Amino acid sequence: MKKVFGSPKSLTKVPFTYCPGCHHGIAHRLIAEVLDEFGVREKTVGVCPVGCSVFAYVFFDCDMICAAHGRAPAVATGMKRAKPDSIIFTYQGDGDLASIGTAEIVHTANRGENITVIFINNAIYGMTGGQMAPTTLIGQVTQTSPYGRDPKTMGYPIKVAEMLSTLKGVAYISRVALSKPAYILKAKKAIRKAFQSQIEGKGFSLVEILSTCPTNWGLSPIEANKWLEENMIPYYPLGEFKTPEEVS
Amino acid sequence: MGEKMLMKGNEAIGEAAIRAGCRFYFGYPITPQSELTAYMAKKLLKMKDAAFVQAESEIAAISMVYGAAATGARAMTSSSGPGISLKQEGISYLACAELPCVIVNIQRGGPGLGSIQPGQADYFQATKGGGHGDYHLIVLAPSSVQELVDLTMDAFDLADKYTNPAMILGDGLIGQMMEAVEFKERKKIDLPDKEGWILTGCKGREKKYIVPFNLDPYEMEKINLKIQEKYKKIIEKEIRYEAINLDNADLIVVAYGTVARIVKTVIDNAKKEGINIGLIRPITLFPFPEKIIAETSEKINKVLVVEMSYGQMLEDVKLAANGKAEINFYGRAGGVVPTQFEILTEIKKYLT
Repeated sequence: MKKVFGSPKSLTKVPFTYCPGCHHGIAHRLIAEVLDEFGVREKTVGVCPVGCSVFAYVFFDCDMICAAHGRAPAVATGMKRAKPDSIIFTYQGDGDLASIGTAEIVHTANRGENITVIFINNAIYGMTGGQMAPTTLIGQVTQTSPYGRDPKTMGYPIKVAEMLSTLKGVAYISRVALSKPAYILKAKKAIRKAFQSQIEGKGFSLVEILSTCPTNWGLSPIEANKWLEENMIPYYPLGEFKTPEEVS
Repeated sequence: MGEKMLMKGNEAIGEAAIRAGCRFYFGYPITPQSELTAYMAKKLLKMKDAAFVQAESEIAAISMVYGAAATGARAMTSSSGPGISLKQEGISYLACAELPCVIVNIQRGGPGLGSIQPGQADYFQATKGGGHGDYHLIVLAPSSVQELVDLTMDAFDLADKYTNPAMILGDGLIGQMMEAVEFKERKKIDLPDKEGWILTGCKGREKKYIVPFNLDPYEMEKINLKIQEKYKKIIEKEIRYEAINLDNADLIVVAYGTVARIVKTVIDNAKKEGINIGLIRPITLFPFPEKIIAETSEKINKVLVVEMSYGQMLEDVKLAANGKAEINFYGRAGGVVPTQFEILTEIKKYLT
């Protein structure tokens, strides 16, 4: 019998330990499928962040390294410079990438480092128990914005894809979501383009993935998908923000 | 015979690193070490299979070192006090992940932004860990430009031998000074194979990972015990010091780096006045040469520790002497270098 569906080779057999309804599992799988499709698993090193996805090293069946909080793009820079033939990706959350690691992501993008960044934007800190992230929406209630995010004292949610796409060193940037199958298919295409961009040596690529955190949002998985579509997508529009001509 | 040339300390470190096989340098400008960063840019940007990156910050620079080291490459970063403070996060990660690299600290006066003149007040930070958690760097303290060269090359070997970050703890005086240096032919030494832990893709093998954490405290304790075991070996095998005139000395000075160099002149001058001074100059600050200090303290009961700080190495000397000798201290800091006259005057105070 012909096998039509299976687990990607680039994932281990360890079951995901993420919360029910969390999108990390889908994002992991899409990356793994793309690594399989390009046949680059054996020359890939993934850089995992600090946060829930610090455990990504358990789930990806390729070489993995854990960076200090926010420093994944700098670690990836060191790896890629030392071994330019490797495929290097970072997997970072919004606290990691858009708060403590803002300097690293901006300058890695600006240098046009030939790496791929998978940026999980779920508008909250997951692992530490639901504090405000730089991407938390206006009015959103978190542990550290208990009366809702007030832009007067807490600033506005950062649009990472738009911000980084102004930099000349960037080859590919898009924003996708995972809340329904049609979005997941588009997300896969974006991740493919990002890795393709790296494989072809085009420079820095990033996919911002709007994701749910049902546990810290205090919603059921289905409600969380709905909340994402009703609240996050209007503020964080989906689409490609930068594409190199050869990749698009 | 190797090649002899006149070089500035900071540039000599760069040349030594390149000759030791370092092809990856990540740094950020700071006085008084910027010549080293510039030297690495000049050389590495023209070399094949090499990289120089002027990082956006010291934090990023040390993280780039972490990434490059994880691929098995010899990598280096350098800075001075305020920048070294920023690097502590990455240094703690490197120590926990057991990744070899070389970090250069050309010390200046502190604390805070301090001054840009020489200092030795980063001793605690260098030898006791510096960042969070229980760890040690291998710390080498050169006292001449020639020693900067030799110890820089040794630092890469020691880092690889123990898969541990090594630090060159110099100061602004040695970094800025020009001296004749010789790049000697070095004996080939056997170093452990890196294949077992480097991350270059899992072709033909199981995947590997480098994760400097474990949420299970008993597993995290095992990681700690493993590196502690390594430090014991380092203490057992790698202690280096220079001892001058220890027999029949009226007083022993303990000093390292630039200060030890000044003390050598003091010894000569004191001799003319009939005063017999000995010197113990630690070359490795971690591991610290405790035994020689302990043994000497039993024989000569007057010791003077001189530092460009307010008494940091002093604590290690006191621990080593363990009450056997009278330990005195003289220090200038903030960028002030003690003079020969001041040191001799201080010595005389304890000999009357």
